[in-house]
Amino acid sequence: MKRLLFALPALLLVVVVVAFAFGLTRNPAIIPSTLIDKPLPAFSLPNVYEGKPGLRNTDFAGEPRILNVFASWCTACRIEHPLLLRLKGEGWPIYGLDWKDDPKDAVQWLERMGDPYVSAMNDKSGHTGIDLGVTGVPESYVIDRLGRVRYKQVGPISEDDWKNTLKPLLQKLAQET
Amino acid sequence: MRRPAFLALAALLFSFGGLGVPPANAVLPKEMLADPALEARAREIGQQLRCVVCQNQSVDDSDADIAHDFRIIIRQQLLKGESNAQVMAYMVARYGDFILLKPPFEWKTAALWFGPGIAFLLGGTLVFAYVRRRHPAGQTAPLTAEEERRLHQLVKED
Repeated sequence: MKRLLFALPALLLVVVVVAFAFGLTRNPAIIPSTLIDKPLPAFSLPNVYEGKPGLRNTDFAGEPRILNVFASWCTACRIEHPLLLRLKGEGWPIYGLDWKDDPKDAVQWLERMGDPYVSAMNDKSGHTGIDLGVTGVPESYVIDRLGRVRYKQVGPISEDDWKNTLKPLLQKLAQET
Repeated sequence: MRRPAFLALAALLFSFGGLGVPPANAVLPKEMLADPALEARAREIGQQLRCVVCQNQSVDDSDADIAHDFRIIIRQQLLKGESNAQVMAYMVARYGDFILLKPPFEWKTAALWFGPGIAFLLGGTLVFAYVRRRHPAGQTAPLTAEEERRLHQLVKED
C-alpha cells in the first residue's frame, strides 16, 4: 500500500505530462467562435463597388455560402486568393466582408488580383467584424441555408482545409432541410 | 560588497523603483470620454478584457488596432447607458470567456481555480508524511557502559 502511495506523484506527473503534450499540439491563439449554430448578427453594409447593392444578414438564406473576411492591406489573404478564384470558377458562392478598409482600396485590390466574390461588402469601422468575433484577416465563415453560422475558419483557407473540411461541410449543408 | 551581490541589490532596487511610475497604457487622448466617471469605468473594463491579437495584454494596454476598436465600442456602450457588467457581457457574447483576463468562476474552470491549491495540499501532505517517517520524534537508545567509558576517555583527552 505504501508503494502505491509513493508511486502516486510519479503517476500524477505522467497524467499531467500527457495532458500538456496534447495541449502543445493545439494553438491557443485561435479563439473559438461563439456564433456556431447561431444566426448571423444583424448587419446592413454597403457594397465595395459604388452603385452596387449592399448586403444584409438576411440575404444569407436559401443556400449554404462562405463569408470570407478580407482586406486590401491583408498580406495573408493573398495566400488563399488563388483558391478562392478557382472556387468561384467552379460556381461556389463566396461573399466578401472587406474589414477595416477603404472601399476604394478594396476595389483596386480586387481589380488587380481578381474578384472571387458574388458580392463584397465594406465594413469600414470594423464593428460588424467585431459582432462576428473577427480577430484578424483572413477568416471565413460557413453559413447554412437558414443564415446560421456553422463553421469558422481562422487564417487562410488551404487546399487541405477546403478538401477535408469546408467542401464536405458545404455539401452536407446543401442536403439539410 | 561583492559584484554578484551588488548586481542583485541594484536589480531589486531598480524593480522597486518601477512601482513608483504610473502604469503606461495605450489609450489615446482622442478615444477618451469627456465625462471622467464614464472614462474611469471604460478604463476599468478595458483593463479586464484581453486583447485578442496581443493576447497577454489587456485592451487598455495593447497598441493593436483591434484593441483600439474595442476601446471605442466600450465607450459607445457606456454612453448608451449600459452597465459595466452589460458591456463585459457584450464582448463575451462575441469572443467567449477567453476575452476575460480573469477566468469566470464556473464548474468548467474549477480545475483552473482549485488546481494549484489542491496540488499544493497534496504535495504538502506527502512531504509532511515523508519527513515524519524519516525523523520519528522518539528517544535514541541510551549509551551502554562501554560506550559511556569511551566517551569519558575522549572528552578527557581534549
